[in-house]
Amino acid sequence: MLNQTLLVTVSFAYLGLLFAIAYWADRQADKGRSVITHPTVYALSLAVYCTAWTYYGSVGRAAAASGIDFLPIYLGPTLAATLWAFLLLKMIRVSKTQRITSIADFISSRYGKSHLLGGLVTVIAVVGVLPYIALQLKAVSSSFAILVRYPDVIMPGAVDMVPVWQDKAFHVALLLALFTILFGTRHLDASERHEGMVAAIAFESIVKLVAFTAVGLFVTYGLYGGFGEIVALARAAGHLKSELAPSNGYGVWASLSLLSALAVLMLPRQFQVAVVENSSERHLKRAVWMFPLYLLLINLFVLPIALAGKLEFPAGVDADTFVLTLPIAHQQQWLALFSYLGGLSAATGMVIVETIALSTMVCNDLVMPGLLRRWMHRAPAMDLSRVLLRVRRGAIFIILLLGYTYFRLAGEAYALVSIGLISFAAVAQFAPVMIGGLYWRGGTREGALAGLGAGFSVWIYTLLLPSFAKSGWLSADFLEFGLFGISLLKPQALFGLEGFDEISHCLFWSLSANAGAFLAVSLRRTPNAEETAQATAFVDVMKHERSLVSGLWRGSAEVGDLVKLAGRFLGESKARLAFREYAVQRRLAPGQMLPADAETVYFAETLLAGAIGSASARVMVSSVVQEEPLGLDEVMDILDEASRIRSYSHELEQKSRELEIATAELKAVNVGLQELDRLKDDFMSSVTHELRTPLTSIRAFSEILKDDPKIELKERKRFLGIIVSETERLTRLVNQVLDLAKIESGTADWKSGEVDLTEVIRQSAETAGPLILERGGKLHLDLPGVAVVVWADQDRLLQVMLNLLSNAAKFIPEGKGEVKVSLTPMAGLYRVSVADNGPGIPHDEQPVIFEKFRQSRDGEANPMGTGLGLPISRRIIENFGGRLFVESAPGKGAIFSFELPSEIDGD
Amino acid sequence: MTRKILIVDDEQNIAISVEFLMKREGFEVTVARDGEEGLERIRADRPDLVLLDVMMPKLNGFQVCEAVRSDPELAEVRIVMLTAKGREAEINKGMSLGADAYIPKPFATSDLVAKVKALLGSEE
Repeated sequence: MLNQTLLVTVSFAYLGLLFAIAYWADRQADKGRSVITHPTVYALSLAVYCTAWTYYGSVGRAAAASGIDFLPIYLGPTLAATLWAFLLLKMIRVSKTQRITSIADFISSRYGKSHLLGGLVTVIAVVGVLPYIALQLKAVSSSFAILVRYPDVIMPGAVDMVPVWQDKAFHVALLLALFTILFGTRHLDASERHEGMVAAIAFESIVKLVAFTAVGLFVTYGLYGGFGEIVALARAAGHLKSELAPSNGYGVWASLSLLSALAVLMLPRQFQVAVVENSSERHLKRAVWMFPLYLLLINLFVLPIALAGKLEFPAGVDADTFVLTLPIAHQQQWLALFSYLGGLSAATGMVIVETIALSTMVCNDLVMPGLLRRWMHRAPAMDLSRVLLRVRRGAIFIILLLGYTYFRLAGEAYALVSIGLISFAAVAQFAPVMIGGLYWRGGTREGALAGLGAGFSVWIYTLLLPSFAKSGWLSADFLEFGLFGISLLKPQALFGLEGFDEISHCLFWSLSANAGAFLAVSLRRTPNAEETAQATAFVDVMKHERSLVSGLWRGSAEVGDLVKLAGRFLGESKARLAFREYAVQRRLAPGQMLPADAETVYFAETLLAGAIGSASARVMVSSVVQEEPLGLDEVMDILDEASRIRSYSHELEQKSRELEIATAELKAVNVGLQELDRLKDDFMSSVTHELRTPLTSIRAFSEILKDDPKIELKERKRFLGIIVSETERLTRLVNQVLDLAKIESGTADWKSGEVDLTEVIRQSAETAGPLILERGGKLHLDLPGVAVVVWADQDRLLQVMLNLLSNAAKFIPEGKGEVKVSLTPMAGLYRVSVADNGPGIPHDEQPVIFEKFRQSRDGEANPMGTGLGLPISRRIIENFGGRLFVESAPGKGAIFSFELPSEIDGD
Repeated sequence: MTRKILIVDDEQNIAISVEFLMKREGFEVTVARDGEEGLERIRADRPDLVLLDVMMPKLNGFQVCEAVRSDPELAEVRIVMLTAKGREAEINKGMSLGADAYIPKPFATSDLVAKVKALLGSEE
């Protein structure tokens, strides 16, 4: 019944169905009714993790080890899923903002958009994953070969027995290449998302789960009476140890769990479905429990099938085939066919997604840099999107052919399960730079290169080469005795580390070397501007809006150039549409031109990055814009939140210091002003007081005289005399206040010239002499016979002399007063002294009398002074570079003297 | 009985005018030229009323006022402060020190006479 034609037809029909689903989903997406926006679709698409390796291999591993060694592969991801809410969310957020297209793009972008790094990641991924793809081809061709012999259970022969063109696996490889090209490269999507593919994968995940469960149910409940019976029988037959425990101990179990936990995010196809194809971060919530549930369900019947197979078949039937051979052995042809489809489904899903992911990486990170370099020199053909599509199709084809080649060469040498783990260990090398890059800012390009290089090298030495040796391609000598016969270099007991299985051993050494080299080399220099910018974009992705990152560009650009550039890679209409949508998103008014600013350039770069990878996009964009490179300091200042706060607070500190200084200055000025204000107030108050005093007398006597016209004549004369003298006092006061104000404000009119001091003194004596004589006093002049010339204002000096003489006249005792004026030449100056024999001035009052309105009233007579004479005189003398002072002792008179510089070197 | 009034002012001309005014109203008038002399006279003569200038050498009017008010024996003495310093703060200070009235200079002679009469009349 199950002849070759039917099988081929069914296989094609199934692949056709998958393609139809994909086609339909793409059409729906184009109509804006995306079918993958459901979180369950996302969770199911993650189940592409379960490949033919799971489908057939888990049973094989469980049967081979008679235990639960298959479990870590699913336990690891289950445990890791609890961390997805942080880690995967961050990866998705970063990838959306940076338009990351692959894991190679992710790592290259993180460390400064390095082509070299992207290339290395691609090489590791391709080399690491090729055996895994080979494994799928082998599974499909083997299952086909087994099923075609239905109803007999016959293992397929060795693959190298048939020529390539007759080899089923080769046909499968070509077929899958064709389908992958159809699925993945129908058009070049700006964001490199493949909605149709995701929908098909989700469907495929259901098919393989249902098929495997169907076989499990048939075996467990159809052939036996449930779990209990199988376990009891198996134990009785010695196929099962008394207790379920890992065959290599829990240490190995734990390390395999860790390996799988890493692989479920680092495998190119897992990164593709989990990160690149993710349509909403909210889908994570469901995936976190649904994906582990899926793993649980698909593992539920692994043990029963394995044990049943061991009970059923004698040696010679490969345990990897139990899922298929058990239905065959019990003549369940439709179940066998369904089981075959489940396996085909698992293999197809894996190959399609993995190959698409790898081809994107090969295209963007290996081929593009070379092409770009060529295009830099020679203008390329206009429609580059076609070139890109061709490159990707070629890559898909070549990857599958390489997978087939590996399958042909590796042959039967290795069990399925080991090949899968070798791939896991390879992609686990991405973990340190990937996870480190998401949480540590210090990583550099060289560090990432060193880490990946070291880890990859150790992987090759401890896992890949030994697997080659076991396949017989290499002499096994170096395995047994170590490289160059050095036992410390034994690939599977490196530096004497024994007691691990080969996978755990490799994982330990490769990840140690990887993380160690990454850290050590990164720490050798501080990240440069580009790395710092990207570090912040990745590490702080949950904090920043994307506008912050776009702020890290400075230069000039033409929007037209950017549209043209994008058009060359995406197709003109697509690029125009993208820019139009972007303009709408920026809320530009209709008709308003899109500004060629940093944000637009950033948009163009991420748009391109979606198609050709971030490193290439950076190169292309910088070829059409004039970029001014930012220094590391500038990047740090713009980006690093802490540094921003730091510089901000530094600025604040600076400002507050300046403010403090300014405040202190203002305070000092204010104190000065307050002092001035107080002085002014005091002065005004004093002036007011001094004005009120004569006014009081004048008003009082005026009223008295007015009220009583019959006052005696003598009294009347006396009162009028008082009024007159108080009026004179008032006039004098007003004049002197004005005079002092002029001097103090610097607006006084000085008529400086050569002045003969003796002449001034004689004049003053003539004027003031009568005052002294009036009071019965005598005036003596002691002057040199020659002219004594100083540089001054004659009228002002006369004013000083009159002030001093009239003061003396006021204070000399009535009738026996004596005033002596002397002029004495001294060193470089002349001193004029006016001495009286009045009451003298107490020592503590001496400085006070030169202050305004502080006249001494201790004289016998009412001084009737204004209290401004001495202050004015002192200022006049000081104005001509001299000084005015008093020497006095109470009871012994007072000597007022002033000194002026002599005219010797005056001109 | 003739009321005794003491004038304490260092401004001779003001003292003359006030003395004339008070004598014309029939009071017995004495004059002191500074605060110290004024306080002595108050203690010695026990005037009914003192016309007290503020700005004076030796003791100023506030100090004299304070001294008088701190002496219970001089409680009967009325004090009228006469001053050219007419600011609010000074008026308040004078009143709080126990002055009975505060007349700013220059004053209207009729106001001064009325105030003095009022203060002395209220005692009768």
